[in-house]
Amino acid sequence: MTAIVEEILAGEQRATGAADLMLQTAEWAAAAYARFDRARVLKIARAAAEVAYAHAGELAEAAVKETGFGVVAHKKIKNELTSRALFELYAHEDFCSARIRAEVKMVELPRPAGIVFALTPSTNPVCSVYYKVLMALVTRNAIILSPHPLARGCSVKAAQLMAEAAEGAGAPLGIIQVIEQPNLPLIEHVMKSPRVGVILATGGTPMVRSAYSSGNPAIGVGPGNAPALVDDSADLNHAAKRIIESKSFDNSILCTNESVVLAVESIADRLLQALKSAGAHVAKPEEVAALRELLFGRGTFNVEVLGKSAVEIGARIGLKLPPNTRVILAEIDRIGIDEPLSKEKLCPVLGFLRVPHAQGGITQARALIRLSGAGHSAAIHSQHAPTILAYGAAVKALRVVVNAPCSQGAAGYGTHLAPAFTIGTGYFGSSSVGENVGPQHLVNWTRIAYNEDPAEAFGDFSVLDAWAGGPALALGREAPMSLGRLQEGADSVQDPMPLPTSSAGTIDEIAILREEIRRMVLEELRGALRS
Amino acid sequence: MSDPKPQSPEKREFIAKSKTYWNPGKTQAWQDMGVDLVIDRREGYLLWDMDGRRLIDLHLNGGTYNIGHRHPELIEVLNRGTQRFDMGNHHFPSQARTALAERLARICGGDMHYTMYASGGAEAIDIALKTARHATQRRKIVSIVNAYHGHTGLAVAAGADRFKKIFLSDNPEEFVHVPFNDLNAMEDALKGKDAACLIMETIPATYGFPMPLPGYLQEVKKLCERYGSLYVADEVQTGLMRCGEMWGYQRYGITPDLVVTGKGISGGMYPIACVIVREPYAGWLTQDGFAHMSTMGGAELGCLVAMKTLEILERPTVKPMVNYISETFRNGLHEIMRLYPDFFVGIRQCGVVMGLEFDFPEGAKPVMKHLYENGVWAIFSTLDPRVLQFKPGVLMTADLCAEVLERVERSVGLAYAECLGRGGRGKIRAA
Repeated sequence: MTAIVEEILAGEQRATGAADLMLQTAEWAAAAYARFDRARVLKIARAAAEVAYAHAGELAEAAVKETGFGVVAHKKIKNELTSRALFELYAHEDFCSARIRAEVKMVELPRPAGIVFALTPSTNPVCSVYYKVLMALVTRNAIILSPHPLARGCSVKAAQLMAEAAEGAGAPLGIIQVIEQPNLPLIEHVMKSPRVGVILATGGTPMVRSAYSSGNPAIGVGPGNAPALVDDSADLNHAAKRIIESKSFDNSILCTNESVVLAVESIADRLLQALKSAGAHVAKPEEVAALRELLFGRGTFNVEVLGKSAVEIGARIGLKLPPNTRVILAEIDRIGIDEPLSKEKLCPVLGFLRVPHAQGGITQARALIRLSGAGHSAAIHSQHAPTILAYGAAVKALRVVVNAPCSQGAAGYGTHLAPAFTIGTGYFGSSSVGENVGPQHLVNWTRIAYNEDPAEAFGDFSVLDAWAGGPALALGREAPMSLGRLQEGADSVQDPMPLPTSSAGTIDEIAILREEIRRMVLEELRGALRS
Repeated sequence: MSDPKPQSPEKREFIAKSKTYWNPGKTQAWQDMGVDLVIDRREGYLLWDMDGRRLIDLHLNGGTYNIGHRHPELIEVLNRGTQRFDMGNHHFPSQARTALAERLARICGGDMHYTMYASGGAEAIDIALKTARHATQRRKIVSIVNAYHGHTGLAVAAGADRFKKIFLSDNPEEFVHVPFNDLNAMEDALKGKDAACLIMETIPATYGFPMPLPGYLQEVKKLCERYGSLYVADEVQTGLMRCGEMWGYQRYGITPDLVVTGKGISGGMYPIACVIVREPYAGWLTQDGFAHMSTMGGAELGCLVAMKTLEILERPTVKPMVNYISETFRNGLHEIMRLYPDFFVGIRQCGVVMGLEFDFPEGAKPVMKHLYENGVWAIFSTLDPRVLQFKPGVLMTADLCAEVLERVERSVGLAYAECLGRGGRGKIRAA
């Protein structure tokens, strides 16, 4: 094709037109999938989770190679946790069956969102794909993913693997789709589509705001900037180890990582010592200045250091740090707009501020979150319940992790919070969800509510199947072929009628049987055709 | 039954004019059938009559509007194309014609290297038949009884008597017709080794989409090979994903020697039709490249639109979408069949190529009329009026399919009451 012809064909509507077709297909897939029973849904979700788990290491490597962010070993752990482990967790809950609540004369029917449009970030690309796909699958939704362009390759691969596995396990075709060439106008086009049920936006603030202004329901979350208060009742060695473990995890790329340690003056020196022993380099004042310039010299956070190791960041300011250095500690004297190092830092550079007492720490924690990270996460290391409670009540964070690494703990690992890579920042953080986002956010419930008058008896729903009846489900696998009845020669072929949906779990077997019958009939006919 | 809306004075006046200046016979025939359609605005799979009535288009003019009316991407490419090109000069090599030919060669695969261009399907059929005659140096053309291939010289001669006798255009010496699905008759027609080719629609449309019996097309292809005749696949109505693959013949496991595509390839936006030919049979292109020509055949703007149409159809989501649409209609129509088992008796189907069978003389006509009155436009089969041609587009949305099924159920009920209610053959179901 000549360049001129190609240029004429490359209209502005090429990408949006293709995306509209993806949405239309997803709509079909969602309509069928919303009628699947729980056993069949779990089979499909398990298949997707297993293939995700099997590729956890390979895709962790691919992600680091492609983006340059983070640590392969840590990404592998995240990938494993968001595949098999997450499935096991979700499988305990039932998002597919009717709930009969005779005590309140109510039947509750799960109604999936339909199409989930999921934006996934470059920082946690593969595990975010895993997590969002599994949430969609267990709630009987179709999902269209739009990966961050910096992590396109590994994200697309992850989505395609899960799509193949899900379809192999019986999911309707197109249940998981991925936009392979995402760009801003295209994403905005899809976000505004009336076919989208809900947008799951993880990414930068502009993207999240754009999701909220699309006119479609959206779950988007704001940035983090977690304070970590250490008071004089804390076990300092434990606290130091946990802070270092958290801040160095995947080179601090989770938005739940600690931003600034607020150390009560009486234990501050001992805590510094403990942090050093745990792998921190305590920066000298001129090094702090250099770090400030490196991280925020251009006004906004320098993405060149995003997810880089402490050693690499040290090298950038001319420091030759020992290879086992995990975190660089930058002591600062204030929290506020005039100290850039008190902003969110998605790299293992950790602020350190001395506070006179716990109450002063709470005040500074509030200041930190005023700067950014409203509604996100905070950590405290303390044995003193009144302080912990006061901290939780004062700081505008919707999860406060106690005596645990914040990166992992706030994301639901090592605490009993829900494991999540989308951390609801709630009303503090201009978000519709304040919890760790889970499958429950992708499904509504129809409530069939009886008259409370005891004279009106509640029906017996116990043996009924809400998803039975109606025409057979279209699964998108093959365009049907059939002969009619009036056509000559057709009388010898009795087309098996598609059976109405009974229990959706039995469709596989029926379809196979029907195919078998059809094949036998056709064989017979083929022989008879020439006689 | 709801009374059809009265015509506006404007429409009445217009229909009179249509009879005066355009085609009195055809205009009147539609009025007699209760279909007073004058298509005005159109968009996607929707039409609006000049009196403002909305209709869902399940006729698509034989698949011309396969991807919908006025597809926005086609409008865009046509606009962009006119900034630089026009129809072109058919004597010279052309960027657009070559690009489309290259794309068709890739899509068809094998040694289907060459594309010959026409401005419409019938002209393309003529080119295909001429090409087969040149390649085999034989004159005889075999086709199916009651076939339909268009209205030009060779195409009309290969078709049903209905359209050729009136114009004294039949030629029984050279054009032989055999019954569909009859292999013995086919062998008899070919075994003289004097047939240039067999031409057939993969699924004969105007005949009401009778389906090839299992193995039939494969055996026919073998017979062609055995007796040295070429196999010309008329894919005008079955191609372009309508059967679930790009070409209908792919569903039947055969590879033809020549493929004719028309209607849908134009996107309904710019007339064009194509013949794709296997390399060994395209000899005239080398021997005398000027032997056939057509000023408007392969107009460059048409080539651009055709390329965009193919690009859209090749998107990976289209195939599952066609599967969903055709499955949904099959499943939904079977539910309706259960309601009227002695009237709506069968579904002929290959993807979105569908024929609905009504076991009543000319039973598809009242169904067509009631569908029309209920907002759906689908046409009966001229050559088997018990069968309604039911031709959804390949990009229909789930909501529109659901709406069609709901309207079909209502309309079949009304047609049933009209056909069988009074005759006492069946019970009247409250519709």
